[in-house]
Amino acid sequence: MSEHVIGVKTFFLVWIGLMIGTIVTVLVAQYNLGPLSAVVALTIATAKALLVVLFFMEVRYSSRMTIIAVISGVFWLGILLVLTLSDYISRPWLTYPTQ
Amino acid sequence: MATAALPVERETYLNSSYGVKSWLLTIDHKRIALLYLIGVTAFFFIGGFFAMLVRLELLTPAGDLLQSDTYNRVFTMHGVVMVFFFLIPAIPAVLGNFLVPLMIGAKDLAFPRINLLSWYIFMLGGTISLYAMITGGVDTGWTFYPPYSSTFSNSNVTGVGVGVFINGFSSILTGLNFIVTIHRMRAPGLTWGRLPLFIWSHYATSVIMVLGTPVIAITLLLLVFERVLHLGIFNPALGGDPLLFQHLFWFYSHPAVYIMVLPGMAVISELVTCFSRKRIFGYNFVALASVGIAVLGFLVWAHHMFVAGISVYAAMVFSLLSFFVAIPSAIKVFNWTATMYKGSISYSTPMLYVFGFIGLFTIGGLTGLFLASIGVDVHVHDTYFIVAHFHYIMVGGTIMAYLGGLHFWWPKITGRMYPEAWAKLSALLVFVGFNLTFFPQFVVGYMGMPRRYHAYPAEFQVLNILSTAGASILALGYLLPMVYFIWSLRYGAIAGPNPWNAAGLEWKTASPPPTHNFDETPVVTWEAYNYDELPAHEEVPIAG
Amino acid sequence: MQDSHATAVHALQHHFADMEQQRETSTFGMWVFLITEIMFFGGLFLSYLVYRLSYYDAFVAGSSTMHTMLGAVNTAVLICSSLTMVLAVHNAKMGHRKLTVVFLILTMVLGFGFLGIKAVEYHEHWVAHEVPGPNFHFDHPDAKHVEIFFSLYFAMTGLHALHMVIGIGLVSVITYFTWRGRYTAGYHNPVEITGLYWHFVDLVWIYLFPLLYLISHRHGGH
Repeated sequence: MSEHVIGVKTFFLVWIGLMIGTIVTVLVAQYNLGPLSAVVALTIATAKALLVVLFFMEVRYSSRMTIIAVISGVFWLGILLVLTLSDYISRPWLTYPTQ
Repeated sequence: MATAALPVERETYLNSSYGVKSWLLTIDHKRIALLYLIGVTAFFFIGGFFAMLVRLELLTPAGDLLQSDTYNRVFTMHGVVMVFFFLIPAIPAVLGNFLVPLMIGAKDLAFPRINLLSWYIFMLGGTISLYAMITGGVDTGWTFYPPYSSTFSNSNVTGVGVGVFINGFSSILTGLNFIVTIHRMRAPGLTWGRLPLFIWSHYATSVIMVLGTPVIAITLLLLVFERVLHLGIFNPALGGDPLLFQHLFWFYSHPAVYIMVLPGMAVISELVTCFSRKRIFGYNFVALASVGIAVLGFLVWAHHMFVAGISVYAAMVFSLLSFFVAIPSAIKVFNWTATMYKGSISYSTPMLYVFGFIGLFTIGGLTGLFLASIGVDVHVHDTYFIVAHFHYIMVGGTIMAYLGGLHFWWPKITGRMYPEAWAKLSALLVFVGFNLTFFPQFVVGYMGMPRRYHAYPAEFQVLNILSTAGASILALGYLLPMVYFIWSLRYGAIAGPNPWNAAGLEWKTASPPPTHNFDETPVVTWEAYNYDELPAHEEVPIAG
Repeated sequence: MQDSHATAVHALQHHFADMEQQRETSTFGMWVFLITEIMFFGGLFLSYLVYRLSYYDAFVAGSSTMHTMLGAVNTAVLICSSLTMVLAVHNAKMGHRKLTVVFLILTMVLGFGFLGIKAVEYHEHWVAHEVPGPNFHFDHPDAKHVEIFFSLYFAMTGLHALHMVIGIGLVSVITYFTWRGRYTAGYHNPVEITGLYWHFVDLVWIYLFPLLYLISHRHGGH
């Protein structure tokens, strides 16, 4: 078998990491950090997501094609979000004089 | 040596089992391709019927044949049927399904049962949409813009929306199947650099199907929910943003036009090499251009929204990107042309369609550049200039390629040759009919005739009459192949494994192929299009 | 080992050369499918982002009605279900049939737990007139956009819940086949790819939770 077998100990460590991440994100949300709140929340979410993807979904030991597929999926979502938001964000930049 | 008796009854995918159940429950990619052929042909003629009604109405400036409400339904249904149920599935699901495993030396696609499921989903989505069209129709245009579609339209938006939504999964599953198949099921020795460009193009098409279709799926779902539950996601009266719908819709629908054209380009690459008896010029460039079209095609969608109210800065970015996306297409056109240079050209029917494609796709593509310039687009948006532009690509491009491919691979699929003289006549009718139909539309659109109107100013009538006349000739050009293809099943000359002496693994097995495709898995040690090593092209057998 | 080889050969489909090609193809196929799911949910995430940027106050108001504790508990429930799923796959690789079944059942139980808590939340929103439609009523100067928040909330969590239901269905089928001895150390790929699907559903929730529940910086919950 060419598969890499991840040990049970690793799984439990990842699980603890995910639970801690959840607790932290709930605690931090109690404080008003202004625009930083969203950044922190999404950073923690992404860290949790990486743990799930790399270890639970075994991407850390997967073929190059799998890694390319995952990165492409995320990148394409990025295209959808970034290019569309670029329209909404840049709309107020140009104002026309009202008469 | 065989006598003049009937050919020995050899096992093929056609005679391996009989009965309706053996077809409806097949997992053979070749049979599924034929199931799709029946489906897309039926939808093509339904969409064509709606087109005929449009052209009949537009013979006169007054809206006298159909009321405006009815006319709105007719052009919408023409668009919905042609885009979603013909152009998007046709080449990939018919020619792609049949040929991809053969071209890579595999026994079938990666997931044969999912392939069959794809067909059933396609038929289900199509049936629901047709039913919705019969019981009320849709009058929103194939673009379903809210808030008209979600709030004000009295037509069957929900029914058609659900039908198209379901059909999207057919596309997604086909794309998924192709991607995995091409990665994992290539014959020994068949490296990426030795693949036919047909495979590269279908791979690129599949990437678009897989990444883009889910977005229109969720968009149509939201639209249907909005209409049924009176939500306000896209309705400005309820706090929503209609432009959000347009962004989501076009994020898929622009790449969708590359889903429609890339498979056409796939066919052209195969045909132009065979009928020039030459290797493709610049293989790597053509292969990478396919991927380039797929990637860049996702970055340009808002050029459909220049006058919708997006920000000027976003418009400029999308305009610039739209210029870039023309480059890989142009590279392909240059390379096909260079392939023909100093080749040994034969004028068989498939090659006639190649000539038509290269010329008409180029015109369609160049007019796309006009539209990428915001300054021009502002004036011709929603006029017949746009209509002409996309029909040059989808009809002058894709449908020509589809017909060329059907003719080229017909002997492989059926074991019979079509009648060459009739086929040449049809190709000529298609070319003449097409140009007569759509070139006047560039002129009349540039002069200001709006699209989706059933009445127009009297000074546009002559050009509209020319257009309708052209459409009748075009229709004849499409009907003739129906007749002679069916005729050939019984009376066509029996074709050998490789009547064109073409390169490609699909020609190394019998016509029609056995169910398992190859008696022995081929081991590939040669480059694609090795025409310098193949014998010269023989005369095409005449039917008799 | 001989028994697992026999099972493996029996499971080889006709168009594959060997089990390894079948396994790699099937896994890659699941990954491509999950990519399509990213884009499917992606449209909803885009809609959410556009409206949150444009109407932040309305979104804060909507989010403040969310029961943060229930959402956090649900997040923990899903994380635990991913752990049990991963342990199920691990045991399937080892050929431990009974342990695999135990962990698959635990995964389903946790999945049902998630759906149960969601049902409680949905009911709370319904009673509080926070479900968009004719019954919606919210005391806020920008109530229209608060309703959009709730439309997106129900669309996103509803679609997620639908995927959970499908996931539980898939796991139940795999549990049955495992119980019947269909999988061995040599052939257990269906368990693995079901696991991939399950983890993906967990991933979506990992992003839904902070985006929908944690916008408000006041103390969470009613």
